[in-house]
Amino acid sequence: MGFLDTLLGRTKPVQPKLDALFSLPTAAVTLQASMGFAPTGTGSVCFRAAEGRAFHDIESDVRELLSMGTDATRVEVSNDTYGFTWLVCRHSSEDMESLVTDLHAVNTSLQDGGFGPQLLCTLVGFTDPRGRKLGIVYLYKRGTFYPFAPATGERRDNALELEARGNIGSDLPIEADLSRWFPVWGAPGL
Amino acid sequence: MVQTRYAPDRGLQARMGLTMFLLGVVFVAFVVALVFILAAFKVGAGAIIFFAVLLGGGLTFGSLFWSDKIALRASGAQEVSPEEAPKLHGIVDRLCALADMPKPRVAIAQADMPNAFATGRNSKNAVLCVTTGLMRRLDDKELEGVIAHEMSHVAHKDVVVMTIASFLGIVAGLLVRFAFYGELFGGGGRGGGNNNNNNGGALPILLIVMVVSVVVYAISFLLIRLLSRYRELAADRAGALLTGQPSALASALQKVSGAMSAIPTRDLREAQALNAFYFAPALKPDTVSLSTVFSTHPSLERRLQQLSEISAQLGR
Repeated sequence: MGFLDTLLGRTKPVQPKLDALFSLPTAAVTLQASMGFAPTGTGSVCFRAAEGRAFHDIESDVRELLSMGTDATRVEVSNDTYGFTWLVCRHSSEDMESLVTDLHAVNTSLQDGGFGPQLLCTLVGFTDPRGRKLGIVYLYKRGTFYPFAPATGERRDNALELEARGNIGSDLPIEADLSRWFPVWGAPGL
Repeated sequence: MVQTRYAPDRGLQARMGLTMFLLGVVFVAFVVALVFILAAFKVGAGAIIFFAVLLGGGLTFGSLFWSDKIALRASGAQEVSPEEAPKLHGIVDRLCALADMPKPRVAIAQADMPNAFATGRNSKNAVLCVTTGLMRRLDDKELEGVIAHEMSHVAHKDVVVMTIASFLGIVAGLLVRFAFYGELFGGGGRGGGNNNNNNGGALPILLIVMVVSVVVYAISFLLIRLLSRYRELAADRAGALLTGQPSALASALQKVSGAMSAIPTRDLREAQALNAFYFAPALKPDTVSLSTVFSTHPSLERRLQQLSEISAQLGR
């Protein structure tokens, strides 16, 4: 925010940064090799639906686009308790590339429709043989990633999250400000 | 790339800029007038003016620097942790991620009056506070709209802008008071053999300073209120665009202003006998009355009108 923006009380809606998403497959390999966390094959895009016809049209276009693709793609839509919409894409657990491509298709459709500022985050799920869960969350507005590990109840496994940060820190731009690692409890696809 | 959905309101920005410019003009005119008065009489009411500016500056700085603590203390609000208010924190978390803002502290005030405020001199020291009455009355979407509005105040640094804008009013107000007391005590002390050389001119000088200050105070008061209303509209706009749900904010505004009762809940056919009465509380035409000039917030109609314009803009 510049001085003039402050003076005139205006905020420009923040446009998402999309390209960093494609470094996810590399990070997935690292996670598997160093921590034993394998991708679940599930990923989701979270956005805030805007009211009105225009957004509704784009949203249904996206759904159609994804479900028309290869038969491996399965798309589910769910709304969380905060009024945000999650588009969940399922692939086989080895096929990280296609998952990221699908997620990216959602982003670009929304952005091309002029609703880029509505994008919140993308989440890709990982799990290890002991059944622990780990989500890698991508913050669209910051262009950074952070790990989110839900434990039992509404608790986070901070140790696991920090361990993951240490391991994938060289593959992905990690969010440096820990206060922005906001929890996504009950996120679909985790 | 399509970007026009989030077009800024140039008219609002122009009016806001003009208001601030006029405040600046009044400020300069005030200073010039004081200098002229002092020069014309060649005697000192200077000390009084100096103290008014010093005290006014101190008050402004203090209220700016401790705005978060003052507001929390005054409203009796308690800061809450994510464990104590998971829902509220969840909403704030998501809005911060959407807007790419640092997260403010979150507080809850035990009060039945539905209200919310955000304060703090910058986004690092910002506190966002809602009352329990607000949380009880509004559903989640509406609450989100209100919080987005308050977070826009933080993003626009409204506390800083409005505090600096009110500096002029504070100084003018102090000068009125000082000049008044100065006259009172200056007049009383003269008989007591206090033959300072400023006694001869003190009475007219202080009187003139007082009159000028009263005028400046009145004008700056109106301009500050006008600026405040524009800032509210700007925050409504930014908040509605952030969530993409202008209608949720509009509905929250209606609920909070108690105007929800204006929308009939009874079926039209059932209420046919009373039909005529439902037009009675129809919205008043947009006239500039005394109450609109003095208020810090724009009228409900004005705010709802802007939100429905944004809604139409988003739907295109």
